[in-house]
Amino acid sequence: MYWHSFQEFIAMGGYGFYVWSSFGITFLAMMIELWALKKRRQRIAKMSNEGTI
Amino acid sequence: MSGLNMDTVKAKNGINWLKYASPKTFYPLAGRLIPWFSAGAFLLIAYGLYLGLLVAPTDFQQGEGYRIIFVHVPAAWFSMFLYLLMAGYAVLGLVLNAKLSYMMAKAIAPTGAMFTLAALVTGSFWGKPMWGAWWVWDARLTSELILLFLYIGYFSLQSAIDDTNRADKASAILAIVGAINVPIIYFSVKWWNTLHQGASVSLTKAPAMAAIMLQGMLVMALGFWLYSVAVIFARVRCEILERDNKAALLRQEI
Repeated sequence: MYWHSFQEFIAMGGYGFYVWSSFGITFLAMMIELWALKKRRQRIAKMSNEGTI
Repeated sequence: MSGLNMDTVKAKNGINWLKYASPKTFYPLAGRLIPWFSAGAFLLIAYGLYLGLLVAPTDFQQGEGYRIIFVHVPAAWFSMFLYLLMAGYAVLGLVLNAKLSYMMAKAIAPTGAMFTLAALVTGSFWGKPMWGAWWVWDARLTSELILLFLYIGYFSLQSAIDDTNRADKASAILAIVGAINVPIIYFSVKWWNTLHQGASVSLTKAPAMAAIMLQGMLVMALGFWLYSVAVIFARVRCEILERDNKAALLRQEI
């Protein structure tokens, strides 16, 4: 473990805003992709249940 | 299957690999593989985050700000690699006239575009504290932005043409022509005097970074790769279902 305290970890030596934004945005983008895929599957499942396809 | 004799392929390899080029056989196979790729992606990304955020030491030049590398570089690698993979499937689609290849190319594009956007945005958040600017028109950044436009162009062309077959062919050609941009992105830091730093990992030189940093980056990259495979397989499955029922879907929309 590199850090000595939780505050130090969050602060990232003064780069906290940039580091956490970068990690946050990357994983948010992945989550949005997964969410969109889930919606698409639900749409297909719904139509197959309704007998439209 | 044009130009290929199924029996000779089968005789040579013992396994009929072409069987998996058919959407009907690929659909259940992809379904069985997705949970394994997802689990692997989750574990590797978690381990990569642990190495990158908790274990890796600080950088002597950039302090803790350098830790953006653990998402930025893997995202940038996959923005380029997935583009080449998409172009490769586009070539296969045109050469073999194989529907599944076109579906693979189409399924790869959103993930590639997502990583391109992630690479650009995390790069911005890295550029601001290190260079003092969110954006500069440097060769590396500009060519990566062009990559995003190529992905967007690919989607637009796919959705602009109603006939699936024609949409596949036209967008395949766009994907193939645009592939020239990938080596330009990769070598831009060598060919031009860029503000962007040089390659983080080189096959010909000894690693410039601490072993643990390199390890964290590679683990994260492998995690992103397994994530990509899982998402792309799931998207191909949707594509197969939708194409099977395209007529019905259209009827419903009207």
